[in-house]
Order: sequence, then C-alpha cells, then structure tokens
Amino acid sequence: MSEVILSVNELAVTFRGEGKKRLTAVDNVSFDLKRGGSLGIVGESGCGKSVTALSLMRLLPKPAGDIARGSIVLSDTEGNAVDLVKYPQKKLHKIRGKRVAMIFQDPSSSLNPVHKIGKQLMEVYKLHFPKMSYEQRHREAVDLLRRVDIPSPERRMLDFPHNLSGGMKQRVVIALALACKPEVLIADEPTTALDVTVQEQILSLIKGLQRETGMSLLLITHDVGVVAEMCDDVVVMYAGRVAEKGAIRDIIDNPQHPYTKGLLTSIPSLSSAPKARLSTIEGSVPSLYDMPQGCRFANRCDLAEQRCEQQPALGRLGDGRYVACHKVAHQVVREEAHGSS
Amino acid sequence: MDPREVLLSVENLHKTFPVYKGIFRREVARVFAVGGVSFDIYPQETVGIVGESGCGKSTLGKTIMRLYDADKGSVKFRGQDLGALKGAALREMRRHIQMIFQDPLNSLNARFTVSDVIKEPFDIHGMRASRAEMKERIQELLNTVGLHHRSANRYPHEFSGGQCQRIGIARALALRPSLLICDEPVSALDVSIQSQVINLLLRLQDELKLSYIFIAHDLTVVRHVSDRVIVMYLGEVVEYSTSEALYDSPYHPYTKALISAIPTISAEKTQRHPLVGEIPSPMQPPSGCRFHTRCPFAEKRCSAEKPELRVIDGDSQHVVACHFAEKLAGASS
Repeated sequence: MSEVILSVNELAVTFRGEGKKRLTAVDNVSFDLKRGGSLGIVGESGCGKSVTALSLMRLLPKPAGDIARGSIVLSDTEGNAVDLVKYPQKKLHKIRGKRVAMIFQDPSSSLNPVHKIGKQLMEVYKLHFPKMSYEQRHREAVDLLRRVDIPSPERRMLDFPHNLSGGMKQRVVIALALACKPEVLIADEPTTALDVTVQEQILSLIKGLQRETGMSLLLITHDVGVVAEMCDDVVVMYAGRVAEKGAIRDIIDNPQHPYTKGLLTSIPSLSSAPKARLSTIEGSVPSLYDMPQGCRFANRCDLAEQRCEQQPALGRLGDGRYVACHKVAHQVVREEAHGSS
Repeated sequence: MDPREVLLSVENLHKTFPVYKGIFRREVARVFAVGGVSFDIYPQETVGIVGESGCGKSTLGKTIMRLYDADKGSVKFRGQDLGALKGAALREMRRHIQMIFQDPLNSLNARFTVSDVIKEPFDIHGMRASRAEMKERIQELLNTVGLHHRSANRYPHEFSGGQCQRIGIARALALRPSLLICDEPVSALDVSIQSQVINLLLRLQDELKLSYIFIAHDLTVVRHVSDRVIVMYLGEVVEYSTSEALYDSPYHPYTKALISAIPTISAEKTQRHPLVGEIPSPMQPPSGCRFHTRCPFAEKRCSAEKPELRVIDGDSQHVVACHFAEKLAGASS
C-alpha cells in the first residue's frame, strides 16, 4: 500500500503575465500519491490547486502556461517510472485517459452537446482499443453506465447530454474517465456544481469504484469536509505553495499552519453556537502580480513577525507531516530538544 | 407566541410559471415553483430558507420582493398587503425591503463606480441631497460594510468577490431598510471570505436592527445565521422550526437526509440517510407527498394523500409535513 504511484517533486508552473514577466502560479509543490490511496488538495480559489491538476495531465493552456521546474513521476507496478514533464507530446495519449484520467467540475462542459451519450462513450474505446468491434464497444459502454448506477443504461445510450440532470451527467463523465481502467483518477471539484444529496451519491460512487478497481484518487476541492470524507492524506495549498500536508485526521485534529487553523475554524459547523461570530482570516489572498517575497500568508497572519519576510521551508514534523511556517518549525525544534533532555 | 409586532407576514403564497410551446405560444404546462408557503418574520430576526436547486427558494424571495407577482396568497409588510400596492406606493414600500444577490460582481453595474452604485437607490427614490451630504452618506455606508473610503471612485472589477459583496450590501443598506432578502449571499465566496461576510451580516443585524430572509443551499451556513429555518422541497415547505430544534431533532425524512448528507470534518460519522434519485420535474410534481418518490419510508398513503403542515411534539414552533413524522422519529433515533 505504501508504494507511490504518482510523485510530484518541486513542481513550478508559470504563466505569461504583462510584458515579459512570468507569473508563478504554482511554486515548489511536492506530494506523493500512494497506490490505491486517496489524496486531497484543498485551498481557496487561486491557490493553484487546479493548475497543479492540469499540469499533471499536461493540459495547461499553451503557450500561456508552462511547467518551469520539477518532475511528475508516474510509476507502474513493475517499477518502471516515467516523468510526465519530459514525456513527448505525441505519446501523451498513451497516458491520458488510459493510465491517468480526469474529471472536471462542470459535467455539461465535459460532454459534447451534439453527440449522444453512447457515441461519446464508445469513442473512448475506438481511440484506445481500435481493434474492438462495434458490438463489443456498445456492450462495454452499456456496462460502464451500469457500473456508475445509471438506470436503464441501454436507453440512456441514446440520450443527448441535455436530456440528463447534473448528477447523471457527472456519472456519465465518471464512466468516460473509467473506460480504460485508469490507475489514477484526478477529480477536480467533482461535486461543486451539485446539490448536497446528489453530491453524497457521487462521492459514494467514486469511493465504491475506487474500492472495486483499486485505482488511486487525487481529489481537488475547496471543501475540507469532502476531503475529510474521502481522503487519507491532504495537501493544503495557499497562494501557489504547500502550506501543510499530512494525514487528514492529523491535520483536522491538530492543524499547525496558521492558515489551516484559520480555514478550519472559519467554517460554521453543525455544533457551533448559532449567531456566534465566526473566526475569520482577515484580508484576502495576494495577487499573482504582487506576491510577497517571504511567507505568502504573512499579511493575513496574526503571528507574523520579522522573519516571516523570508520564505519558510516546508519543515518535517514527523511521520509524513510537513508544515511551511517559521513559527511551527521553531516549536518543533524546541519540543525535540525538550524530549531529548 | 411573540409579543412583538410582525414585520413581514407571508400567507399561503403560490407562484407558477407558464411553459409555452408551438407557433401560437400555447400554454402547455406550468412550473409549480412555490406552492403554499406561509411564515412570519419579526424585527431583528433571521428566517433561513434551505433546499436544493429548483426547490423554489429564490422564486420565493423574488415573489416576496414583488419582482414576481404572486398567483395566490399575500405578503404583508407591517400589516400592509404588498400585492395591492402600485406605482409610488409600491416604490415607497420597497425602500424597506432590499435584496442581496448571489453573484457579487454581476449584480453591480460594471460601468458604475462604487459611489454611483451606492448613490443609485437615492436617485431612484428621489432622495436628492447636496453633493457633500451624499458624499458623506456614501463614506458612512462604505465604512459600515468595512470598505476603505477611497473605494468610492473605483469600479467593481477592481475588487475581489468578497469586497464586491460588501458593495452590494452597502447598496442594499443605503435606504435604511428593515428587511434584507439575501439570496445565496455567500455561496460564490471562498470559505475564509465567506466567514467575513457572515460576520458582517451578523454585526449589521445587531447595529441596524435588521431582519433577514436568508436563502441558501448550504445548511451549515443557514443554521449559523438563522433563528428559524424553513426547509423547502419542490416548492413546498416540508419542515419549519427554530434552527436548533430543526437541526437537533429533524422530523421530516428529507430534512434528515439533507442534514446527514453534509460532508463533515468530524471523526465520528453520523448515521446516514442517503437519498436515491434526484428532484422530480416541478412541471409534473408527484402526487400526494411530493417527496414520496425519493423517500425511503414511503408508503401507499404518501402517494395518495398530501400531508398537511402540522405542529409536532407539542412545540408550537415546529411544524412538519409528513404523515409518519412521529413514527419515523422513534424509528431512527
């Protein structure tokens, strides 16, 4: 289980800004996705979580976006590893959809409105398994729809996307992603556009399919609750950098980075006192054009001091737990010194 | 039950929309958006309205505001029927009820500066004042919602989502209303910004003695801001109670399912009541109890007989529309 299937190391993604300036949207992001495991990336809009996901699939808009540094290593069970950053563009179709598949937030824009659901599903098999006969493709497609719990799949094959509801469309998109039995599923805000009761259905579907196929899941979301329900590990991103990462329960029960703490306490919960003031993180996320040199959270942080003008390194806190904060690293060193004395 | 004067009273409000088809634009169907909603709001109180998309919660807000005309039923503001008002009298009444919308940027005119946006309500209502007075009033409003006074001459696109929502709130407060209808005011915002805006709304309620109708799909947010909560399903009220009672001991199976579907960060997982299927079309709402097609406890009676809203548990504030509410409460807890 501890084997790593997808390893992202020091990834940096830049975008073309005004003039010749390059804007760094993702800076020095590293994480490992375990085989069969599930990893969540949480953060607010503009924190670089979607850009990270797109760069894993090499889907960054060209020529504006570019992977400036780092590696994305995809390993198979035999120990062969490929670096997706250096992978030739022409051969990417062997990875995309087949080994790493992706689902997006808005299911209707992921489906072609002028083709029937069945045709779109069968197209995947046509592309990846050109030798398959029509009947076989049809059978596989119906089977896929059945696996994502779509009622009367034969009839749905003849429907256009606009005939289906949002939740049903997202099921079709998941079916498309699963067609080639990918090893890694990247889900970018898969339930954000859906109602809570439908969200619950889709999340349990993804969970069930993961259990069934043993695929690994990279879940990108702004909702900490969704990650808590779905994932083993989590990466908290802020303004393009990793603020904190580790096992989900550790981070929720004992957040270390001031941003993670702020994020967790600013969510109203079902047990909080009604009408009580929520704790907030004042201010807003710095703009890409005007990123502070040091810790990017410093201008909103209550604990900020002089040394926060320097960029904090991602420090290890023990057992897979990393935090990028000067204050926390300091505490840990002291605790360790305490423990040894 | 409450000695204070009722601020707004909604009674048996109905709203349907016609669906036209063919070259003669014949009416072929009706969308039943809101069917028979009643509730009262007292001064400085918040009534939350929750439900999934298509349950009619936004239509309800707009019908109260008289952006839509109701088919049936009445909305009374301080005893005066809004439906009977016309022209100047309606405009005068609207000063007291204002609205905040979901998309902060799209609800502001992109070609207006912030001071133009906030000034517009005064112009519409013919409340002319000298330039200096107006400037002072705008500064005061910006200050109230926590924006810098220099924001006045900037355009909406220069602001972030949270700041735009503050501008929208400042505009809504311009005429000193007593009731704000907030239609998904924080749904488009990030969590850390969301909490800032919620705190702002709570603070303004205390300072300006405002009442809110708070429409949202996020149950935790609604619970947090509301005194009483209405749960809607396909245009009808299924449960209505104080927010504590509703969340702690829900009776209606739909309310239970909604609450248990919220992804939580707590380690102990609550008992789940997952729902199957999706909301039926409001053009052909199911017979009897509208929820019976998705209800795990549905029986024959549910599809034949429509459950009326009734007081439950001896608590006159807790009403629910389910034939088997008492039985189910015993069964699952």
